[in-house]
Amino acid sequence: MQSKPRFLTILDSVTAILFVIAVAMVFFYAPLERTMGQVQKVFYFHVATAWVGMLGFLVAAVVGILYLLKNDCKYDIAGIAAIEISLVFFFIAIIMGSIWARPVWNTWWTWDPRLTTATIVELIYAAYMMLRQGIEDPDRRARFGAVYSILGFLSVPLTFISIRLLRTIHPVVVGDSDPGAEGSFSMTDPMKATFFFSLFTFSVLFVDLFWHRLRMGKLAVVVEELRMKVSA
Amino acid sequence: MKRNDVKRNSQPATPNSPLANFFRALWAVVWKDLSAEWRSRELLTAMLVFALLVILIFNFALELDARARASVTAGVLWVTFAFAGTLGLNRSMATEKDRGCLDGLLLAPVDRSAIYFGKAVGNLIFMFVVEVIVLPVYSVLYNINLFRPGLLLVILLGSIGYVAVGTLLSTMAVQARTRDILLPILLFPLVVPVMIAAVKASGGFLQNLAWAEVNAWLNILVVYDIIFIAIAFMFFDYVVEE
Repeated sequence: MQSKPRFLTILDSVTAILFVIAVAMVFFYAPLERTMGQVQKVFYFHVATAWVGMLGFLVAAVVGILYLLKNDCKYDIAGIAAIEISLVFFFIAIIMGSIWARPVWNTWWTWDPRLTTATIVELIYAAYMMLRQGIEDPDRRARFGAVYSILGFLSVPLTFISIRLLRTIHPVVVGDSDPGAEGSFSMTDPMKATFFFSLFTFSVLFVDLFWHRLRMGKLAVVVEELRMKVSA
Repeated sequence: MKRNDVKRNSQPATPNSPLANFFRALWAVVWKDLSAEWRSRELLTAMLVFALLVILIFNFALELDARARASVTAGVLWVTFAFAGTLGLNRSMATEKDRGCLDGLLLAPVDRSAIYFGKAVGNLIFMFVVEVIVLPVYSVLYNINLFRPGLLLVILLGSIGYVAVGTLLSTMAVQARTRDILLPILLFPLVVPVMIAAVKASGGFLQNLAWAEVNAWLNILVVYDIIFIAIAFMFFDYVVEE
């Protein structure tokens, strides 16, 4: 039974501290946006959670390729870990976006490219979880999971482009802005600082959770082996 | 030099190059599917009746009067093809799995990708047959001419993309415990680009839009087809490995 690594404990504390600082920055340091007011503050964590979601799906696709090449079960554990975390974060991003959209776009939901793509991404990875649940053989489950996570990740850009060809109203805050976007704004320096700090915080949070989930996955394998030994 | 020539000429008339072997294996799989289907006619009958039922239900659900028809025909057609296609994909792989045919196929000393392409071409042919029958029926029932070269091109490209991904995923789905319900759940989120592009392009051709407006959608279809055929080609080995 391996004990919890010390560095992981330290990372837990660092993540907690960073998170408190990020919340404080959002509420006390970042200035109030002129037209949208308080609700704009959702933006900092909305983008950060969406970023963590995409990061996890990318990680899952990369370890999926590695699994198919190396056939090592640690990559499978990493894949399921990344996707589980990202599913939750992506869902939080969608909920936060809805909270923001209600006063700004005057609707909870609109069939905009980004929103639609986000939903389809959630559905792809929900399907991934269902696929894994339906297969008992661990080796086959790992292989199918890897193939599906790669397929899913590759289809996302095409989905986005094809929905994008229809008109969009989602604001693009970082990079070029579409003049047709509603609820767009330009960031002042304190806003930028808060924004990038939130991104950083959530990235650390992802690493921390990922590490915990990896440990859990490895322990689950150990438990499974022990159970086999007992029943044999 | 001379002897080399003789050697080359002495080879049997039937070509034994790897490529020819590949195509022969591919064709054997297609032929097996077609002749099995010709004898039982289970799959095509089910797909066809199902497709016609879907169109019938749409008639009531959407009140397909003359005005609504012009805008929703493309959508109705593609939903019908997608649903009937899922039925066919599921069935075609399930019969392989149930009677141990898949293991037999895998034991054959041919490239695995030949088996994939064989199954894919078979599924594609079944889908085409359904489409070839649904189109005139829809044309007659709703008094709209669907036989336009542009629309047929979109149906060709869309079906290829759909079947390329569908064959790979149905091979995965039949090996799972929840197989019948799993295929649509795995397949539909991945074929969203095909559905959007195909519906938009079909709608464009039906409303006689300019080529420039349909072009982008056709490009997406072509890109999707190429990418996903290549991916399925690369990954099929991992999906059937024991």
